[in-house]
Amino acid sequence: MSTATHDTKREAPAKPTTTVGKAADYLDQRTSIGLAVKEFARKVFPDHWSFMLGEIALFSFVVLIASGFFLTMFFEPSMALETYEGEHPANMHGQLMSVAFASTLDMSFEVRGGLLMRQIHHWSALIFMASIVVHMMRVFFTGAFRKPREINWIVGLILMILGLAAGFTGYSLPDDVLSGNGLRITDGVVKSIPVVGSFMSYMIFGGEFPGHHIVPRLFTLHIFVIPGILLALIALHLFLMVLQKHTQYPGGGRTDKNVVGYPAMPVYVAKMTGNFFIVAGVLVLMGATMSINNVWNYGPFDPSPVSAGAQPDWYMLFLEGSLRLMPGQGTEWVILGYTLPLNVLVPAVVIPGILFTFLFVYPFLEARVTKDDKEHHVLDRPRNKPARTALGVAFLAAFIILALAGSNDLIATHFGLSINAITWVFRILFFVGPVFAYYITKRICLGLQRKDRELVLHGHESGRIVRFANGEYIEVHTPLDEQERWLRVNYEAPAPLEIAPKTDARGVKRKGYASDKRWQGLSRFFYEDRVAPVSPAEVEAAHSHGEHDQLNGSERQAVEAGAGTTSREH
Amino acid sequence: MSENQNPPADTSKDVTVAPEAGTAVGPADRFPDPGMPAHKKRLTDTDPRAAKRAERTVTILFVLSILGTIGSIVAYVMVPPDGTTSGVRLSTLLIGLGLAVSLLGIGIAGIHWAKALMGDREFVQERHTLATQGEDRETAIRDLNEGLEDSGVVGRRGVLKGAFFGALALFPLAIAVPLIGSVGGDWNISKFKHTMWKRGMRLAIDPSGRPIKASDVTVGSVFHVVPETTEEYRETHEWITEKSKAVVLMVRLNPEDLRTDQSPEGETWSHEGIVAYSKICTHVGCPVALYEQQTHHLLCPCHQSTFDIADSAKVVFGPANRRLPQLPITVDDEGYLVAQDDFAEPIGPSFWERLK
Repeated sequence: MSTATHDTKREAPAKPTTTVGKAADYLDQRTSIGLAVKEFARKVFPDHWSFMLGEIALFSFVVLIASGFFLTMFFEPSMALETYEGEHPANMHGQLMSVAFASTLDMSFEVRGGLLMRQIHHWSALIFMASIVVHMMRVFFTGAFRKPREINWIVGLILMILGLAAGFTGYSLPDDVLSGNGLRITDGVVKSIPVVGSFMSYMIFGGEFPGHHIVPRLFTLHIFVIPGILLALIALHLFLMVLQKHTQYPGGGRTDKNVVGYPAMPVYVAKMTGNFFIVAGVLVLMGATMSINNVWNYGPFDPSPVSAGAQPDWYMLFLEGSLRLMPGQGTEWVILGYTLPLNVLVPAVVIPGILFTFLFVYPFLEARVTKDDKEHHVLDRPRNKPARTALGVAFLAAFIILALAGSNDLIATHFGLSINAITWVFRILFFVGPVFAYYITKRICLGLQRKDRELVLHGHESGRIVRFANGEYIEVHTPLDEQERWLRVNYEAPAPLEIAPKTDARGVKRKGYASDKRWQGLSRFFYEDRVAPVSPAEVEAAHSHGEHDQLNGSERQAVEAGAGTTSREH
Repeated sequence: MSENQNPPADTSKDVTVAPEAGTAVGPADRFPDPGMPAHKKRLTDTDPRAAKRAERTVTILFVLSILGTIGSIVAYVMVPPDGTTSGVRLSTLLIGLGLAVSLLGIGIAGIHWAKALMGDREFVQERHTLATQGEDRETAIRDLNEGLEDSGVVGRRGVLKGAFFGALALFPLAIAVPLIGSVGGDWNISKFKHTMWKRGMRLAIDPSGRPIKASDVTVGSVFHVVPETTEEYRETHEWITEKSKAVVLMVRLNPEDLRTDQSPEGETWSHEGIVAYSKICTHVGCPVALYEQQTHHLLCPCHQSTFDIADSAKVVFGPANRRLPQLPITVDDEGYLVAQDDFAEPIGPSFWERLK
């Protein structure tokens, strides 16, 4: 309590003697920061390499802000046309271009370190999105989205979408041929939206494409609106993480009621700071050694040329692939004289809509079919939730197939294949791939669970062959130590929902039965195939029946003496 | 999870030593939690020389970082980019490498310090149920109810409530209407349906703007074509926007290869095998730029829509649904290629009001 320092009746606190102590005392007397220190200094955070993935996203964002600040000092977001007077690069001299493009050239060629910052900024954006996606995969496959973290899952999803928006708006700023064509594709997609599409196109461009408003508008979005919201939501994301305390992987002594790990001060602070500098260092290294988005090779925006092999940044590839795969024949409908271009609407609006909706509703769907309203703080091993893991892999398969389809022209030129054939393969794969991925992943998960059962029941194969007096050979199995056994048995295997019968005791039809039935069907889809964790009774039974799996007591001594080997266990 | 050997409830107790395992009485069908695994000591905990070595490594890494910073600044001052691409690359590389060493030095030193020298005992802290419990919860509920009651609107004063929410819902309109009203310029979306091509307008080469004589177009050659305009006009925004709709790809085929074009009965839109089609893809509007002479196919490099120039530019593959609109052309008295008229249908991607 801050009042304690003014309370004369109580013993005066000890005078600080060290520099740190004096500074802390000075602050505390003015801000009662002691409370925060008490709360956070030794707060425990669980440790695991996969918990760094979100940190990488956070630190990439910091690098983005720092390098982005540098760039704003030199970039001029204007579409006014000028003739480039600069001597470098030579191929741009004397060309008519927008001030935005000219200032991009200028900051690359005249500003020392300018190109470095541009390249760091671009690489950071790619790594930012990549780490967000991989972090989401960790959260999804370990079930970290379960209660109480559904809200944070949603916040994270919005962060990812904002990341896409930030990448897109930034990529379009230099006003070069490549990004101009990207904007043109966006315009085509927006126009395909029924009823309001044409007006939305006017709204975005302030008239017809490209006009002279779009770069300043994107600039405001890119450096003010989107990062502002991103910052606020990142703060909320981290606040919720601290408030709810981090999840932990299963293991001895780790429960839903505790948190096991290292204290914030000093271990976690040191590791996080170290991680920040390593992430920043790697991003700088990428910016220094790997050139990216050399806009002077493309030239200023001109609506006529376009280069082959043009790709958007990787996180947009799935949309590009989706557009490429959709067959055009028969997919543009005219209804009452109004045009509905499904060949654009479906791949660019409906498919991403479905993908994102799946991510938004999944935590609630899983809780519903599991009938689960408990708090979860111990993570799942992915194998122990086969349906979830399989759905996640199926989702990734769809995403990756679309992203590859977005590079089908590069695949064609690199491997000398027919673009038409590749497109057809991807069209079929888009439907078949996720189903296969689901099936195979689920089988692998169930197989791993059975392997766990097998290990708990019979132990590890020791590789030691023993012969009995009667001539029988067996391989000695080493029983699991209790930590390993706990890891392999400590999970829940939910069963499908059970529902009340169709009619009540008096034979009256029950309301809501049909809905219950549907949920039960979905629940079966999730949990019909289940491998229950081994119980102590089962281990007991296995030992009494399978006496050859494991030798105990005097029998072992006798056998070992006879075989002349020493035990490798214990 | 009552079956677990939960660590003591008070916080921050060092329990790296496992509690007595196997003593917990849980449901018979579950194994008991064995508790935390025994703590393993690191080499730096047991061997002072290893600890000393780790300390030295960390120090060296920090010094390396300082050297990196200095190197980066030296590179900034001593290696100014001379403006050429390779000069810029060298400056970028040297400044960047210095900065990278500077950052990585600190990062790796910090991690090594934390892992080798800082305490590595795991602590256990209790979690509390997130929902507020007991008295706190009751107080909160009471405060909430009292607050609502004090506002005097619970269960009555429906008109007042309606007016309140109505006012709140409506006031943003006073900002949104002017914004949305102005943000789209003149909102004249009928501009999508027309281009600047007019009867008698000459076809010119993009980007030089030189008009094209029919006799200069050899069989098999491809021309990227724009309407003929003045030099000054081509330096305006209006031109870029008009050009975005008006660009045309012109090809001369052997007249016998040209199976069909889009000219209606009784009209000729091509001239001695020369055909001109809109270059804006009917899919999402990329410039359709890749022409394959052997097959007369025109490929959009963005999404691989493929059009057959010899057959009315109809779609033969890909996501486009409609053929590319044809620009009706002929020659004027001086032998220059000219447009007969604007395109007969809107060019580019489809939109809701396209046929209205």
